[in-house]
Amino acid sequence: MATMRPSAIRTVPWRLLGQIAVVIFCLLFLTIPFVEMVKAMIADPQLLARQLLIGVTNGAYIALIALGYTLVYGIVELINFAHGDLYMLGAFFSLSLIGAFSLTTETPWSIRAPILIVVLIATMGFTAGLNMLVDRWAYRRLRGVGSRMASLISAIGISFVFQNLGLLWGYLRFPFMNGVMGSNAVAPKSFPALLPSVNLFAGTGVRFGAKDLIVVGVSVVLLIGLYLFVSKTRLGKAMRATAQDRDAAALMGIDVNRTISLAFVLGGALAGASGMLVGLYNGTAVFDMGFTAGLRSFTAAVLGGIGNIVGAMLGGLLIGIISALSDQYISTKWTNAVVFGILVIILVFRPTGLLGDDTVQKA
Amino acid sequence: MTNILETRGVTKQFGGLTAVNDVNFNVRQGSITSLIGPNGAGKTTFFNMITGLYVPTAGSIVFSGRSLVGLKPHDVTAAGIGRTFQNIRLFANMTAVENVMVGMHTRMRAGVLGILANVVGVRREEADSRQKAHELLDYVGLDASRADDVSKNLPYGDQRRLEIARALATDPQLLLLDEPTAGMNPQETAELTQLIRRIRDERGITILLIEHDMKLVMDISEAITVLDRGTKIAEGLPSDIRSNEQVIEAYLGRGAAAMAQKQTQQGGA
Repeated sequence: MATMRPSAIRTVPWRLLGQIAVVIFCLLFLTIPFVEMVKAMIADPQLLARQLLIGVTNGAYIALIALGYTLVYGIVELINFAHGDLYMLGAFFSLSLIGAFSLTTETPWSIRAPILIVVLIATMGFTAGLNMLVDRWAYRRLRGVGSRMASLISAIGISFVFQNLGLLWGYLRFPFMNGVMGSNAVAPKSFPALLPSVNLFAGTGVRFGAKDLIVVGVSVVLLIGLYLFVSKTRLGKAMRATAQDRDAAALMGIDVNRTISLAFVLGGALAGASGMLVGLYNGTAVFDMGFTAGLRSFTAAVLGGIGNIVGAMLGGLLIGIISALSDQYISTKWTNAVVFGILVIILVFRPTGLLGDDTVQKA
Repeated sequence: MTNILETRGVTKQFGGLTAVNDVNFNVRQGSITSLIGPNGAGKTTFFNMITGLYVPTAGSIVFSGRSLVGLKPHDVTAAGIGRTFQNIRLFANMTAVENVMVGMHTRMRAGVLGILANVVGVRREEADSRQKAHELLDYVGLDASRADDVSKNLPYGDQRRLEIARALATDPQLLLLDEPTAGMNPQETAELTQLIRRIRDERGITILLIEHDMKLVMDISEAITVLDRGTKIAEGLPSDIRSNEQVIEAYLGRGAAAMAQKQTQQGGA
């Protein structure tokens, strides 16, 4: 605020002038590229449509990861730094299973599709279980004793453990894996191109492959499922109640620890699904892929209002689209700056995020 | 008459502070019992020990023949004790009906797998619980049109009622009410007094009440226990408590008892 207190001697409102100068500078600085960008968009609508669709596909998997952050934060106020790495482990696990089932591009669809579904479910189970165990062994002991910082630091620690687990996984040469891990442990692992890449909009100049549709479709089904679970079912209500007032929830007969476990399970399952989808979509997985994805997804969760499930989905979609547009019209090098710049601007006006509730009550 | 709740030598220390000291306390099955005392007497701490939020430093708490010490809050609820809070603690962002449905949590069975498989039984249980929640809202006198309002938007009196409905949803044998009429006007207080009586008479639920409204306490209670600075200083019928010197002293300070007595005598003369 630039209001002068009576005791202040200065008569020139330097602060206000400074703020105005900064705003004008930013506007000038941003207007030119923005105008150029809009011009380029109008000039080639097909390109724009293509980028938007890429944005939606990326947004779908970002939303899946973002939900894991938001579910856990909503209920225990822990920023689960290891979540991005869990997503990476999901990709590795699914790749190992794909190897074990010796799925290749030659496998007929009648066999390939059901096996992929089995792999998806197994991967979700794996990451869900892993997330739950980490909560039980690491975070639960620290809950309610000492500062919240303790859990946060252990989450960072778990993140490193997971990354190293990913590295170690890269060395695995079990015969049943049929060599899917390649020869170099550290190098990116390649997924066989199991999803069909036919362009659904062939001939229109817009690219939206069948595999994009599969990624978006699976994500949307999972997102809707989660939403219904949390909003309609008994356990979903228990989760929301625990998030709002843990003691009161306990006194209504809710086993708080189990409810928190459930949040980790659901978040973990979604991260696993996301890892597998991205692996198949991009055809590659690498042990440190969780860092960037985690960062983007966490940003999406904050953008949408952390703790808010619909917010995480919206945030994911927005980040996906913004990144895709920025990749095309600005520069991939600038994409992170653009994404976080927009995050800053939104948080200035809505500190609790787009759908965040500013009257969240805490026990 | 059997006691539904018995405590023996219950003590709670926070560091060097003794909040509740060696309290022996009984609640008769089917009674309306009040726990009164000046602010800071340890009443809410006592409630928190019964409901498992605090573990007593010493002493025993027995509910229907079963020890409650060391049980988790949700186990205490499952055992049959429901409660409301002094400062309303509804799930603010959930609707009135949802709040009540959360209360039914312990009495429902649907697990994760059942829900994922979307079994018919699970759906029916969900629908039944919604139906039952509406009935409870009706029972405590919450207007049906308010049922789907987010609870933080309800008027204050309705929030108090909703807390009672939510506690009833846990299907308790013993209901602990922590200052249920705090902040209510006389009209609302009178209605709530009626409601408390009905809960006992119609549902057979034993009531244990913390309350500061002396008119309500004297009116409704069949037994009263008085705590002061963590210690039980009196118990008995409302008429006994009203004339108990120690109680008057606890509330009004030393010397007040004598004055009160004098006034009564003068009034009588």
